[in-house]
Amino acid sequence: MDGHQRRANLAFALKLGLAAFAMFGFAYALVPLYDVFCQATGLNGRTGQTKAISAPSVVDARWVTVEFNGDVMPGLPWRFEPRLHKLRAHPGQATTAWYRVKNLADRPLGGRAVPSVTPPLAARYFAKLECFCFSRQRLNAGEEREMPVTFIISRDLPAEVSTLTLSYAFFPSETTTLVRGEKP
Amino acid sequence: MTTADLALHGSPHAPPRGLMRWLTTTNHKDIGTMYLVFSLVMFFVGGAMILLVRAELFQPGMQMMQPELFNQLIGVHALVMIFMALMPAATGFANWMIPLMIGAPDMALPRLNNWSFWLLPPAAALLLMPFALALFGVGSGAIATGWTFYAPLSVQDGMGLDFAILAIHLLGISSVMGSINIVVTVFNLRAPGMTFMKLPLFVWGWLITAFMLIAVIPVLAGAVTMLLTDRHFGTHFFNAAGGGDPILFQHLFWFFGHPEVYIVLFPVWGLTPHILSAFARKPVYGYRAQVYAFWVIGILSVIVWGHHIMTSGMSTGALLYFMYSTMSISLPLSVLFFCWIATIWRGAMTFEAPMLFALGMIVLFGIGGLTGLVLADAAADAQYHHSYFVVAHFHYTLFAGGIMGIMAGVYFWLPKMTGHMIDEILAKWHFWLTAIAFNLTFLPQFFVGLAGMPRRVPDYALQFAEFNMLSSIGAFVLGAAQLLFLIVVVKCIRGGPPAPAKVWEGAEGLEWTVPSPPPHHTFQTRPVIGE
Ligand code: HEM
Ligand SMILES: [Cu+2]
Repeated sequence: MDGHQRRANLAFALKLGLAAFAMFGFAYALVPLYDVFCQATGLNGRTGQTKAISAPSVVDARWVTVEFNGDVMPGLPWRFEPRLHKLRAHPGQATTAWYRVKNLADRPLGGRAVPSVTPPLAARYFAKLECFCFSRQRLNAGEEREMPVTFIISRDLPAEVSTLTLSYAFFPSETTTLVRGEKP
Repeated sequence: MTTADLALHGSPHAPPRGLMRWLTTTNHKDIGTMYLVFSLVMFFVGGAMILLVRAELFQPGMQMMQPELFNQLIGVHALVMIFMALMPAATGFANWMIPLMIGAPDMALPRLNNWSFWLLPPAAALLLMPFALALFGVGSGAIATGWTFYAPLSVQDGMGLDFAILAIHLLGISSVMGSINIVVTVFNLRAPGMTFMKLPLFVWGWLITAFMLIAVIPVLAGAVTMLLTDRHFGTHFFNAAGGGDPILFQHLFWFFGHPEVYIVLFPVWGLTPHILSAFARKPVYGYRAQVYAFWVIGILSVIVWGHHIMTSGMSTGALLYFMYSTMSISLPLSVLFFCWIATIWRGAMTFEAPMLFALGMIVLFGIGGLTGLVLADAAADAQYHHSYFVVAHFHYTLFAGGIMGIMAGVYFWLPKMTGHMIDEILAKWHFWLTAIAFNLTFLPQFFVGLAGMPRRVPDYALQFAEFNMLSSIGAFVLGAAQLLFLIVVVKCIRGGPPAPAKVWEGAEGLEWTVPSPPPHHTFQTRPVIGE
């Protein structure tokens, strides 16, 4: 191989290497793209950016059943449950529901509730105006608390959806994740 | 030394002897050999692991091992077989054959080639080390999430997962470097007169594999890097508590994972027509159609990944999209099948071992493709996902399509590499035992899968007992049959009837114009390809 050929080979290899690096970056670019995609389409039960909720004063006559669910993830010794398991609401009307949470441990602990709405395609018609999931919750040892969530269902909710489920999973917010085999 | 001698033996200085020769070699044939030997060793390592699994599954109930070990064995088995047996075997062939087929003196970047190979043994050590560490009470064993690394399980798994991530990084760097080398070689070092549309199909198959590897391996590397930072550095890519999303991991993984299944098969699809045409004594049928089919499959492969996660709660629209796009891949795939059959149609066929393996590959891989179509049906997949049906499907594609295809290539090219003919009788025994035992192992898995047996669980309901017993017996025969393969290969390396330059009378191509075994350096003077 003469020097000219060798240089041509190296230059081409370098370009291909750059392409590989770009694809590595693309993997990271997919993270925000994926979020944007899910929020734009409401896929995956995301409620983040709720699509044009019509003025609250105009209320639909139909009833929609809203069911509530609450789970605590491993590593957080809390009791967490909705006060009411379901209620009926009119689309367009702000409604408040309550959850009850108690820290069973003998030390203060922090947690964060992650919401999701099913059916996933209806998630974008469900807007939370105020929610305990907007911020981290911190409970003292043995403390018990009632926490509100105020929501409004869009009047654009498709007619075939008559029941929505709002579910929360409470995660420990101290970042130490439990590793297999480790004592909590 | 005469000029003729020089042309044959190339540079007058001989390679260093002993270990240093292999550590420092930049010769494409030496490196190809190392890849193939490494692959063979790992094939047996991965096989031994899964025989332990099949022994556990021989009967319902837990007999031999804890579920933790079971989980580790299935995942490491898959990683070993895909990344350290199938892929290196294909790369070994690429190193040996591509320069010979396109009339190049060596690969374009010989030193890079050496590095690509020597990353593999450390990767294997990293992946397997946690098993040994656990014996000494360090850590909880190897990666236990299955080969797919799904979060959030993988965020919580023990340190074996970190080892696996590092192994994946080394393997990824190795295959990206290897691919870059192949692309540059094919683009820059073709013999004068060898246009792209005259490239042998094996080279075409590898060229597209190389492009796909450069495109998707870095995405896998990105995904496992995110996993690593989630585990140790407080990021929240896949952690819902921090605003991340576990499903995102599945998308990233399968964006790599689906193209990966074609990556391991393209080299086989490339070498199959060579074998068919040699033993049917007819030219390859539909050369252009096959090249175009390769391109179409390569491009489609990066837009269908969702068929692996149809039960993750996608919208109906997304399901339909992934269903139809997946099914559409079977069209170019059928073009390949059609061309293979047309190549042997009314040929003067003989059935030497390479031909038997190639034909067996076509039939059994056909079953794999057809059952893939069943799984691609979004409605059916809701039922069959994560069942043994999927396990059977991907073994018909990866074992029958991949491993048996590679074995066809080994029997086809080994005489060229060693200068000795293979032991036909043993090789035929190897084929028939493999084909029968393979079906005995995996055919029952379709049925238990349809009946609802989930994969990746060490125990099962009693009604699956008979079929699992059959499957385990098949697996042990299949494993034993591979010892025959080892014997044939070792015998062929050590001796046997001398092989002529043109080992098989019907074979065509530049690689058959050099002596068997080829001298250390070939095509120092470039051949010129005529019309
Ligand atoms: C027409 C061709 C094919 C179709 C339509 C197809 C379709 C599918 C579908 C829908 C699944 C997901 C099943 C599930 O998890 O529920 C699947 C799984 C799989 N397929 Fe295929 N497939 C095809 C060919 C191939 C080929 C050629 C290979 C490999 C060489 C392959 C390897 C795999 C593997 C490894 C899995 C399972 C991965 C895992 O979950 O661990 N398939 N296939
Ligand atoms: Cu796939």
